[in-house]
Amino acid sequence: MNLLNPKLYKKDVEQEPIRAGFGRGLVAAGRNNNQVVALCADLTESTHMEDFAKEFPERFIEIGVAEQNLVTVAAGMSLAGKIPFVSSYAAFSPGRNWEQIRTTICINEANVKIAGSHAGVSVGPVMRVLPNMRVIVPCDSIEAEKATVALAASEGAAYIRLAREKTPVVTTSDTPFTLGKAQVLREGADLTMIACGPMVYQMLVAAEKLSADGIEAEVINCATVKPLDHATILASVRKTRAVMTAEEAQAAGGLGGAIAELLGEHEPLALARVGMQDHFGESGDPNELLEHFKLTAPHIAARARKLLK
Amino acid sequence: MTTEELAKMANTIRQDIIKMLVEAGSGHSAGPLGMADVFTAMYFVVLKHDPKNPDWPERDRLILSNGHIVPVRYATMARAGYFPVQELMTLRKFGSRLQGHPERLRLPGLETTSGPLGSGLSQAAGIAKAWQIDGIKNRRVYCLISDGEQDEGNTWEAAMFAAKYKLANLTAITDRNNIQIDGPTEQVMPLEDLRAKWEAFGWHVIEIDGHNFTQIIDACNFARTIENKPVMIIAHTIPGKGVDFMEYDFHWHGKPPNPEQAKEALRELRTLGGRIRSEHQ
Ligand SMILES: Cc1ncc(C[n+]2csc(CCOP(=O)(O)OP(=O)(O)O)c2C)c(N)n1
Ligand SMILES: [Mg+2]
Repeated sequence: MNLLNPKLYKKDVEQEPIRAGFGRGLVAAGRNNNQVVALCADLTESTHMEDFAKEFPERFIEIGVAEQNLVTVAAGMSLAGKIPFVSSYAAFSPGRNWEQIRTTICINEANVKIAGSHAGVSVGPVMRVLPNMRVIVPCDSIEAEKATVALAASEGAAYIRLAREKTPVVTTSDTPFTLGKAQVLREGADLTMIACGPMVYQMLVAAEKLSADGIEAEVINCATVKPLDHATILASVRKTRAVMTAEEAQAAGGLGGAIAELLGEHEPLALARVGMQDHFGESGDPNELLEHFKLTAPHIAARARKLLK
Repeated sequence: MTTEELAKMANTIRQDIIKMLVEAGSGHSAGPLGMADVFTAMYFVVLKHDPKNPDWPERDRLILSNGHIVPVRYATMARAGYFPVQELMTLRKFGSRLQGHPERLRLPGLETTSGPLGSGLSQAAGIAKAWQIDGIKNRRVYCLISDGEQDEGNTWEAAMFAAKYKLANLTAITDRNNIQIDGPTEQVMPLEDLRAKWEAFGWHVIEIDGHNFTQIIDACNFARTIENKPVMIIAHTIPGKGVDFMEYDFHWHGKPPNPEQAKEALRELRTLGGRIRSEHQ
């Protein structure tokens, strides 16, 4: 079975926005179960809800630019038996409506799935601290599609974080996906590299570079940031004894924070966290920004070499 | 139930509220006392529900958005037979099902979790919308909201949503008691012309005296006949109703009576209870 896209390390690797996979997954989920409904806050096309809206107009609910209402209406619909997916830009949902999510979805134990798109380098990890909330950060559009279908079939609240930009396709349609499972995408004994979202690609490319220098890194795709797959991660770090994380959001409180907490309690080891280091994003070409914030494979490989010295 | 019986029940519920608050040593007095008549009318006349089967799928839903007045809901539910009246004395105590603000999964029959203001109407509208999709016509959603929480944008987002989707199965009731924490609503953040606001947002509005059982029940019945629009019943109430030294005084929004004050309050309420009988003779 091919876990990885055969073209992964090639220049012409396929690229697609991760959110497009969410859109396909939502349509599939709608076909699987007629209780699935979709609610959007005036961003139907760019959060990729338009195909669902076309196929199931009676199950698509336009809320307008009102993110607090978006999640609270969804909470009510879930209490009446529906399986609501809500989408907006992550800055606004869960950025603006965090308290409503906390009260009406998490404490209420409502079965609402929140998609935050255009999450990018600016929007930080605010959902991991909420009890009853799962956090899913797919690495590519194929994984986003599988994750969306899986979430529809899995009772309980969840947040799925989606990047805006075209992202290299890392996995294949055969790559298994299980909510709550971290996946070793590349084996190695010298270093464990744990990533989520678009940074999985950057880490794999960094591992390929390191391999040329004789350093074999194990790369783990941690698509479920919460609940964290302790078993897979601890097994790997006990073998390699050195750990790196990478994410495109704030490293504090995000995947990097989660791994630091896990290691601190169970296996204190040297750790390097790649991610946004307590600053906001800015305007610019996305690749320029990744470079500026040192989120690309060459920077990651350099960090790895430093860590192993 | 006759109007006299309803008035007596509401009087008992007000006494329960005072006893609960003084026992808990914290909690809100003004709102719960002010809404005792509305709650009594809802649970004893208006709602289709079954206290012995709180999860009955076909029940009407009563969503309490302003969660801080939940002592009146607890007391009314106990009197309606949802749970033993003695349990009311556990309010706010460790391990109690009667949390200071309502939590859906703690006590059957609460429907939602609330406390943070402004998000109840949206949830009620979400339930109403789900039933509309499913073609369910034999149940209604009622939502109680306060006047203070109409400062919240989320309330007006819900107002637009419910009108857009013509949620005629939704009836909201505003506790128009003119107070909030920092003072009278019209000083903190003026809400008037409240009726015109809701009408402008596409709702059918009915204004009533929130202490007149006939008006409360008639308004809810009338709301059922309105097609294509959600209904807002603006219930004019007296905060602290029934306890002279609490009435109209915003300082009683969020504090309980001390034991001395509780004694006085109960004495007043018992006297009022006695008068109900003679008035109806
Ligand atoms: C979102 C939110 N902000 C602030 C509060 C704190 N708070 C609790 S009650 C209240 C006053 C609301 O006025 P109203 O509901 O009319 O009070 P009442 O008439 O019951 O005294 C405030 C500001 C809250 N519960 N939720
Ligand atoms: Mg008030």
